[in-house]
Amino acid sequence: MGSYIPSTLEERDEMLRTIGIKSTDDLYAAVPSQMKLNHLNIPEGMAELTVSEKIRAMAAKNKVFGSVFRGAGAYNHYIPSIVKEVTGKETFLTAYTPYQAEISQGVLQNIFEYQTMICELTGMDVANASVYDGASGAAEAITMCIDRKRRKALVSSAANPMIIQTIRTYCFGSGTEVVMIPSRDGLTDLDAAASLIDDTTACIYMQQPNYFGQIEDCTAAAEKAHGAGLKLIMGVDPVAAISIKSARECGADVAVGEGQPLGMPLSFGGPYLGFMASTKEMMRRMPGRIVGETKDVDGKRAYVLTLQAREQHIRREKASSNICSNQALCAMTAAVYLTTMGTKGMQEVASLCYSKAHYAAAQISSIPGFDIVYKGEFFYEFVTKTPVDADKLLAKLEEKDILGGYPVEGGILWCVTEMNSKDQIDALVSALKEVSSCN
Amino acid sequence: MQLNYEKSREGRGCSVMPACDVPVCKVPEELARKQTARFPQMAEVDISRHYTQLEKRSHGVNDGFYPLGSCTMKYNPKLNDEMAALPGFTGIHPLQPVHTVQGCLEVISTLESYLDEITGMTGMTFQPAAGAHGEFTGLLLIKAYHTHRGDTKRNTIIIPDTAHGTNPASSTMAGFKVINIPSNADGCMDLDALRAAVGEDTAGLMLTNPNTVGIFDKNILEITKIIHEAGGLNYYDGANLNSIMGVVRPGDMGFDVIHINLHKTFSTPHGGGGPGAGAVGCKKELEQFLPLYRAVKDGNGYGFSNAEHSIGSVKEFYGNFGVIVRALAYVMVLGREGIPEAASNAVLNANYMRASLQDTYCIPFNDICMHEFVMSIEDLKRDKGVTALDIAKALLDYGVHPPTIYFPLIVEEAMMWEPTETESKDTLDDVVSILKEIHAKALSDPASLHEAPHSTPVRRLDEVGAARNPVVKYDFEADK
Amino acid sequence: MNILDNLKYTKSHEWVEETGAGTVRIGLSDFAQNELGDLVFVNLPEVGDTVTVEEPFADVESVKAVSDVFSPVTGTVSAINNDIADSPEKINSDPYGSWFIEVKDVTAKTELLDSAAYKKICEEA
Repeated sequence: MGSYIPSTLEERDEMLRTIGIKSTDDLYAAVPSQMKLNHLNIPEGMAELTVSEKIRAMAAKNKVFGSVFRGAGAYNHYIPSIVKEVTGKETFLTAYTPYQAEISQGVLQNIFEYQTMICELTGMDVANASVYDGASGAAEAITMCIDRKRRKALVSSAANPMIIQTIRTYCFGSGTEVVMIPSRDGLTDLDAAASLIDDTTACIYMQQPNYFGQIEDCTAAAEKAHGAGLKLIMGVDPVAAISIKSARECGADVAVGEGQPLGMPLSFGGPYLGFMASTKEMMRRMPGRIVGETKDVDGKRAYVLTLQAREQHIRREKASSNICSNQALCAMTAAVYLTTMGTKGMQEVASLCYSKAHYAAAQISSIPGFDIVYKGEFFYEFVTKTPVDADKLLAKLEEKDILGGYPVEGGILWCVTEMNSKDQIDALVSALKEVSSCN
Repeated sequence: MQLNYEKSREGRGCSVMPACDVPVCKVPEELARKQTARFPQMAEVDISRHYTQLEKRSHGVNDGFYPLGSCTMKYNPKLNDEMAALPGFTGIHPLQPVHTVQGCLEVISTLESYLDEITGMTGMTFQPAAGAHGEFTGLLLIKAYHTHRGDTKRNTIIIPDTAHGTNPASSTMAGFKVINIPSNADGCMDLDALRAAVGEDTAGLMLTNPNTVGIFDKNILEITKIIHEAGGLNYYDGANLNSIMGVVRPGDMGFDVIHINLHKTFSTPHGGGGPGAGAVGCKKELEQFLPLYRAVKDGNGYGFSNAEHSIGSVKEFYGNFGVIVRALAYVMVLGREGIPEAASNAVLNANYMRASLQDTYCIPFNDICMHEFVMSIEDLKRDKGVTALDIAKALLDYGVHPPTIYFPLIVEEAMMWEPTETESKDTLDDVVSILKEIHAKALSDPASLHEAPHSTPVRRLDEVGAARNPVVKYDFEADK
Repeated sequence: MNILDNLKYTKSHEWVEETGAGTVRIGLSDFAQNELGDLVFVNLPEVGDTVTVEEPFADVESVKAVSDVFSPVTGTVSAINNDIADSPEKINSDPYGSWFIEVKDVTAKTELLDSAAYKKICEEA
């Protein structure tokens, strides 16, 4: 059996003597005997070598695709080597939350740098140190906007279904009414939204780009929202955010999003990163940890967790959010990634994704039966029809080691990133021609 | 030390991206961003050095003893990290066809089978990303249970005053009203107060056992019975599971739903505040409400199962998979004998530390404790003006991370110590000596402790200024 | 511990100034601000809100704690002091000059203490 316990059997006996008891059984004297387990029905412990073999065998049962054309909430981007190196450092990996600021300046400064970068990405005034993911971030953003009078949230039907699902679950808890804004031609129907607004509406949530990859008119949405006294929450893609109007430029009050594209691997769905940022006015409604700059007694610049009186350990049942542990190491990952890419590198990533997606869309839609479904401007995801059954098509692509787009209503949602070379895209197009002509 | 932004220079950078191999397109002008998003521009060597400097100004389990009560800062085995980084896991898109992710589903389902057995539950979700997230999820299961039965009057959750702040905060998020009940002089649940608090509005009780003063409440079966008889359900906060895993199971104590902190009990690393994972287990009657996408055995392989009356999702996808892999490796290494051995040694180490300090420091509940014990510095505050904060800051000068302070709320000037099982007797003896030295200083030279720490990169901070005038990001306009 | 004779006080350490027929001004006493420590933020109600006797109408934050401020009356908020919202430290430096809210249409009132009776409460605390 494996163990990470350093104390020897002799040392354990010495400790028992110091405590003044005979055996470790005496430590559990307070536990009623009828509850004590005789036997834990799990396998015997194993040596590191054996466990390594067994888990590797599990990993080998998965298929890692040679080319990935699927997004829909999780994105295949390049992770620079230094990102893995830095985030693998044992101290960063094993440190606790930086409540003891004097010995945690490294962790705190990193969060401060991260907060700055998220504010740059979104154009906002304040960012928190992370929440669990983009979906829970969207739900927490809705909580930021509701008050005693306004308890209804309007949510775009063009948002990612899992985000909508998460919002609904959180609102089941808070008693907030969720009303869906219909979509038209793959975009949020803002006229319909306007007719759904009343004086109990707190906010509108829209995704940018939306689930179908389409670029929404968030500026118009912000105007409609503010005109009626409500807030706009934008769920933003961090790569698209480099090139298209920022949340701030659109007039959003809160920007949230999924930060996984910023250096985190696909990893079957987690751990990912929820980033949240807001205008200054909404700072004190922001959940989660926030790091602030200050000085120490000697006048040295330093960083510290601040505005803690918003949080659960102080407000308890009066806290607006219960969040305690967040996705700190993932936030660090994003910070290292953005530092490595830099201003220009991020512009390159965005440009590559945009250009390749448009190239792929043009090529694919020129194949009979693969018409583009939503004709508006898109960033790096787009939906095409399919002339054959989607599942059959995708199975054929799988044979060629290609993970095709995600089947959605009306067709297939394709995603193209900087990881898809021209050769890969051309190979996909050939494969699609082949599959569609066989049937 | 400078920020990365302050080290940034126009014209520096790394060369990560190749040139575009397809025609370059630009976003139409009317949709384009006007204000550039600015990130540091640094060469890789300077990035490497920047983060090395930050690492030196941080403190991990690799640096030393980390006795934070209720955090279980045990050693994080490196095997776990290597397993989580296997390309066969990291390269898997969560929306791949089920037959191409059998290994991932096997990981989750296998861990569930072990954790169900350890906790005495029958169903589990790994979707919650943290303990508090798990609390929220578990409370929604309770809410769904009552709502489904048409019992809509049940809108209160009973919580003892020793509870962690997340318990009442999660209850509020789940739409419940919190009824706080006082503990008795032993630090345990006051049964009379509990009986007086239950009623037709009781949805449930949130409790951790052992509690946050480190004591196993021997009345636990009576407590959970009182709640069941009143028509409520019992929620177990698994933060303190390290003391009893493999010895006694929450399911056998009368709990209906629990959360487990994989980043505490099951050795996954804390990452500076996350990611963790707050697996939620439940008994049969709650399984129909579990979140979507549960990994289950399915014929000859594995698949996803969506509960009939699922509460939905608490985040996208299936949970912090990288954390789940780590926990699985840990449980496989320890196995059926290693799990209870870890628990009993965590309790042994805590009692050894307590017994070694009891003649020097005030320990309010000075009897056999579980995996943690609470010290009070109230006497030193009264006599010498030295507080728990001062002691904590003094420890920093010795390179020892302080314990949890000012929690639980029922103890004045509290310091909560949890050594965990992965500390040697030598380490414990060293810390005990240090604490005795600090105590002597508190008696002979209290002023020196008010000034502590002296040897850290920064000293005591102006937290009032930080809160009154928050500066939460780099100011690009400030003079360089 | 400063206690002004022209004001009334509550057991929960708020001061009350009766400013006219059925109107009052409310703040925190010197004892209260001293107990609370350096204040960093105040959460005030809005003009037009109802306040209820002996229930919290605002809260004050220090770095490590939040404390409720209790209303001595039932009525409607007629004014809020934005000055303390901008500079909560004034509550510490000038508690009696830092009013929180004005309330009109006062119906119920809690037991109000004069300065002598309040002084006793502070001494016993």
